[in-house]
Order: sequence, then C-alpha cells, then structure tokens
Amino acid sequence: MKYLDEYRDPVLARRLLDELRRTATRPWRIMEVCGGQTHTLVRQGIDELLPAGMRMIHGPGCPVCVTPLETLDRAMAVAARPGVILTSFGDMLRVPGTATDLLSLRARGADVRVVYAPMDAVRLAAEHPERDVVFLAVGFETTAPANATAVLHAARLGLTNFSMLVSHVLVPPAMTALLDDPDCEVQAFLAAGHVCAVMGWREYEPIAARYRVPIVVTGFEPLDLLEGILLAVRQLESGRCEVENQYARAVRRAGNTEAQDAVREVFRVTDRAWRGIGKLPGSGLELTEEYARFDAARRFDVGGLSPVEDPECIAGSILTGARLPTDCPAYGTRCTPRHPLGAPMVSSEGTCAAFHAAGRVRSTS
Amino acid sequence: MTIECPTPRHEDEVVLLGHGAGGRLTAELLDRLILPSLNGEPGPLEDAALLPGYRELVISTDSFVVSPLFFPGGDIGSLAVHGTVNDLAMRGAWPIALSVSLIVEEGLALAELRAVMESLGKAAQEAGVPVVTGDTKVVGRGAADRLFVNTTGVGQRHGSLHPSAALARPGDAVLLSGPIGLHGTTVLSTREGLGFEGDIASDSRPLHRLVRALTPYGPDVHVLRDPTRGGLAAALNEIARDSAVTVEIEESAVPVPEAVAAACDLLGLDPLIVANEGCLVAFVTADAADDVLAAMRSLPEGAQAVRIGEVAAREPRGRVVLRTLVGARRIVEMPLGEQLPRIC
Repeated sequence: MKYLDEYRDPVLARRLLDELRRTATRPWRIMEVCGGQTHTLVRQGIDELLPAGMRMIHGPGCPVCVTPLETLDRAMAVAARPGVILTSFGDMLRVPGTATDLLSLRARGADVRVVYAPMDAVRLAAEHPERDVVFLAVGFETTAPANATAVLHAARLGLTNFSMLVSHVLVPPAMTALLDDPDCEVQAFLAAGHVCAVMGWREYEPIAARYRVPIVVTGFEPLDLLEGILLAVRQLESGRCEVENQYARAVRRAGNTEAQDAVREVFRVTDRAWRGIGKLPGSGLELTEEYARFDAARRFDVGGLSPVEDPECIAGSILTGARLPTDCPAYGTRCTPRHPLGAPMVSSEGTCAAFHAAGRVRSTS
Repeated sequence: MTIECPTPRHEDEVVLLGHGAGGRLTAELLDRLILPSLNGEPGPLEDAALLPGYRELVISTDSFVVSPLFFPGGDIGSLAVHGTVNDLAMRGAWPIALSVSLIVEEGLALAELRAVMESLGKAAQEAGVPVVTGDTKVVGRGAADRLFVNTTGVGQRHGSLHPSAALARPGDAVLLSGPIGLHGTTVLSTREGLGFEGDIASDSRPLHRLVRALTPYGPDVHVLRDPTRGGLAAALNEIARDSAVTVEIEESAVPVPEAVAAACDLLGLDPLIVANEGCLVAFVTADAADDVLAAMRSLPEGAQAVRIGEVAAREPRGRVVLRTLVGARRIVEMPLGEQLPRIC
C-alpha cells in the first residue's frame, strides 16, 4: 500500500485540476465504468470540480447493482432451504430482492454468512460435510479468477457439498451496448483498472477504433481519476481515440494470463440479464459443462420464482448513465440506504449510494 | 436496450444486526421503540447520564459482546472496563465505582473465563476504579456466544468540566486525541483471519486521565465524545445534531494509520465509520485550542492529538462536512448500520 499517500496528495490533485481546466475547451462527457471509481469521484467531490459544463457519466460498473433480481430471489430461496449455508460478499446481503433481502432472511434464521474470499466458502464446505455450502458468485472479470480457483480447489478436494450461484458479468459487452444506444452521450471511457489488471486492454482496442472513442484504463485513487480524466480530455481535444493506460502500476496490455486461464478452464461466456438494463448477449460467465456439478442453479430446483420489478425507481437509467440519482423523485425520500428501492442505493459502489453518502440532494427547482 | 426499474418491497419487522451498530438504524430503534417505552426526558443522548438529585454524579452502563474474546491490543475484559470508564470521562467525570455482570455460555473453558477476569481486574486496578458489585449468570449452550459482559460505572464530575453533546458552538475547534480506525479493523481482521492482525492492534485504553488533564480549561471544553460504534462519522453527526451546528473537518488532517487505511481499502470500509476504543474528540473554544492540544499531547494517550476542524456558522445545521483532499466539500452522513465490504 505504499502508493496510497502519493495518489492522495492534495497539492498534486490541485495541479492536475488546473491542468484539466487549461486543457478542456468543450463540455466533454466521460463515463467512468466502475462503481469504485464513481465512489472516489463522488466521495472526493472531483466531479464537482471539473471545468464548467464537463460531466462524468456514472456507468453500470457495480456488479451488485446489475445482479438480476431472479438471481437474488434464487439465492434467497436456496438460503431458506434447511441444511444450506449461503455465503457471499457483504454487499450482496442488503440488495433488495422481490420480497426481502438476505440480511432480513438471516435475522429470521437462515444461515447466511459473509465471506471475504470464495476460498472461505470452500473451506466451510470442507469443515461441514453435512451441510450444503453455496457461494453467491457475482462480479466482473475482477472476481472471476478467484471464483474459478475456488471451483478448481473444490474439485481437487472432491467436495460434493459446495456449489456456486454464478452471476458474473463482463465489461466490454456493456460498453458496446451503451455505445450502440442512439441516445448515448458518452464521448470517452475510463476503463476499470481492476478488471484490466486481469484482462489487460487488448479487447478494448477494437471498441476504441470502431466507435472512435478514447478509452483510458484508470485506477481508483483520487489522483488516478484526475489523471485518467486528463488523458481522456487530451485525446478528445486532439481527436485521437486510443486505449491508454493510466494504471501502469497494476495493468499490462495482456493482463494476467494465469488468471485468464483459470477463468477459461471453469467458465464459458453466456448471455446475461443485467438488472435495470436487460439481456446483453455474450455479457456473462457461467460454469462449463465439466464443472456443472458445482452449479447451484442446477443443484437446487427452487422453481416458482416470479421476480417483480416495480416501476417507481429509475435504476435502469442510472445504470446506463442516462440520468443522475438526483433526477429520481424517490431519491433521498422514499429511497434511501435505509430503505433502498433499487440496487444502486444499496451497494457502497452504487451511484445512488455514493451520491447519498456524499450528502448530494435533489434540486428543488 | 430496455430499461426496467427494480423496486422491491421491504420487510424488516425483526431486529437486524445493524440495529446494534451505532448508526442510523440504532438511532431509529431508540427513537421509535426503546425510548418511548421508557418515558425518557427529551434531550441529547449522552455517553453518561447525570444521576437525578446528585449534580456531580454521573452513571453509565454498557454491554460488551465482542467476538473474538481476545484480540491484539485487548480483550473483552479490559474493554469492558475501558468502555465504561471512557463513557463517564466523556461527561467530565472520574470513575469512582464499577459493577460487572457476566452472562456465560455453558461450555466456556474456565481458563478463558479466568484470563478475561484477570484482564478485567487488572484494567480496573490500572484505572484506579474498584469493582464494588456484580452478578454472574450461566445460560445453556447456544443461548449466548461464549461470554457477554456488562459494566455499569458511577463517576464524580470534575468541578469545572461540564461537557455535553449539545454544547458545541460556532467557532469551536475540533480536536482528536489520536489515530482512528484501529479497534474496528483489528477486531474484524482477527475475527475473519484477514491477516492484518500483525500490523495493527486495538487502541482500547482508559481516557479518564486525559480528560482530567483538561480540567484547567473547564469552561472552554464544550464537548467530549469517544467515537466508538459508528466511528468518528457517527460521533460528529450526533454532536452536530444535538448542538444544531455544522461541523467541518479536513480530510488530510484526520490521522489514519497506514495499516488501517490498507485494511479499509481492501475491505471497502471507510475509516471514518470504524469503531475506536481509545481516542476522543473534543470541541473547545478557538482561544483555548492550542493549550488544550498541548495538554493532551503531554500524556501518552494524547501524544498524537491533532486539530481536525472547526464548528462553522453556516447552513446546513446538524450536518458534518468534510473538506476532501482535492479541495471539494462533501457531507459525511451518519453511518447506516452494519459495515459491508465492497466486492471489487
């Protein structure tokens, strides 16, 4: 963590902001794809210090927010089964399903546990052969290698009581879906540094060329964001559309090939529904046939799921960057972190939660 | 692309873990359920209460349910003493007596119970406060998690110190006696085996001597608060609300140890809302701020005391504002409930 201080230096931050103001001649629209980046931008108030008219569009890069309602309802139905220990990362526990959330389910007696790594779930399965341990596996390319490794480990141990409810999503198909939308305002992207640490940025090069859009692989610290924005603006100002790497301390062009191999071994690409957005072709991962025995969706026939989305919240428009949380009539009133109507208000990386945590209020005009 | 909107129905008619996390859920439970049942007098909820009819005596009670029982820098026994001693100290009081009540789960190793009690006894002795009464209950296996400890303390107020969460005034300096985030990250890391335990230890310690060092500045010391559950964010929000003022703090001035920052980064936690057990925030008049800082720094428990902000005479009242590293301002919200780590 030796990088922390140097990427949070107030003097350097102000210098970058000044440089950005000198460079930008037009009100550019830049999308940060990742929820972690949204969180830093809003937490630090960077988006409010940008040159006049310039706007950050907050993208769909919060895996918690885009996990389909059906997956959540399925997880809760599985968790309610006797003998099941349902495990997941903490963020997933408060995401509202159709009728309840995993935290409330736990308060009513279901065995729902927070783990910090999928391998913890494998360990639980090994320690409790009499129980069925299910891991709710969500996330972008970032978390897929660890989840793949957990499956490989469970296979090596010969565990028959470990399974995963897989809802992985992939970033590039979401970017192209956004760019294909005629209403899309995005003129440049900050690509998610953690995703690229695994995948590299080769798959972004055809997107930059085809859609003539600059893409800057960017980190998560305040200075990373400022530098990523500056690089994107320089490209826009000079009419370039390349993939640039701001996050050189963590990302190589080819990415982490070992991690990619593990993912390819265990998962295959599939169509995936994104909550609030809809089905995007080739945008998700599922277990391959060889590892299908670890698929909780196959193992537990929960049936009878009827996920119901109510038309009050505008999460879909938030997730595509078409609208801001403060545009939503429910924001901060009927929809708060205490009573979230939609997933973007739940996850610490959700745009609505980031706005709310930073005390952003709806304009009353 | 079709845009659909997820709007679930909510149900939470049962107690959630978050109701005990010291944030907004706890406040809701108190305001809507607990306090109305007790016909309590309206007013700020302080760390310790004045004993009716005895102007100079204060009383405070606290239950300790920490898991694991032992962690780097402390254990449930010493924590139970420090927690209550500190609650008394935050009202400007010196502890004069403690009660200790144990709820023990059947099956707890006597060696563990002995280790906890010896630590508790040693902590009380070092704090100079006698344990004068107590109680022990044993419940069946599964009815409690190993050991719960309740301590109640009575304290005598220093003549000149009458701090209250409702006394912050515009112009006050906000002082912090030491680094934040140590206790919460240490306990979480130990419980989950995250591997940070070697780098960090809980800051659990008594603060009554530090408070005593402030007695010469009595009328200038408006508020004292130890930011335990809910961390600095919760403590400052409570003070801002109870005093109807705006508290402004400087992000770069808040001391966050590197190991805490690293652990919080990895876990997606905000150091501002992580529990502490050995530091305090003091709101003092601007004129006395330097002297109070010097007095704090003269003691080991205040050696790293810093000024982190001030009380502003601006709207919105009742809010906490953070001046960020890049020079923007953002509101620091009252934490909600359980802290949940990010997933990527």
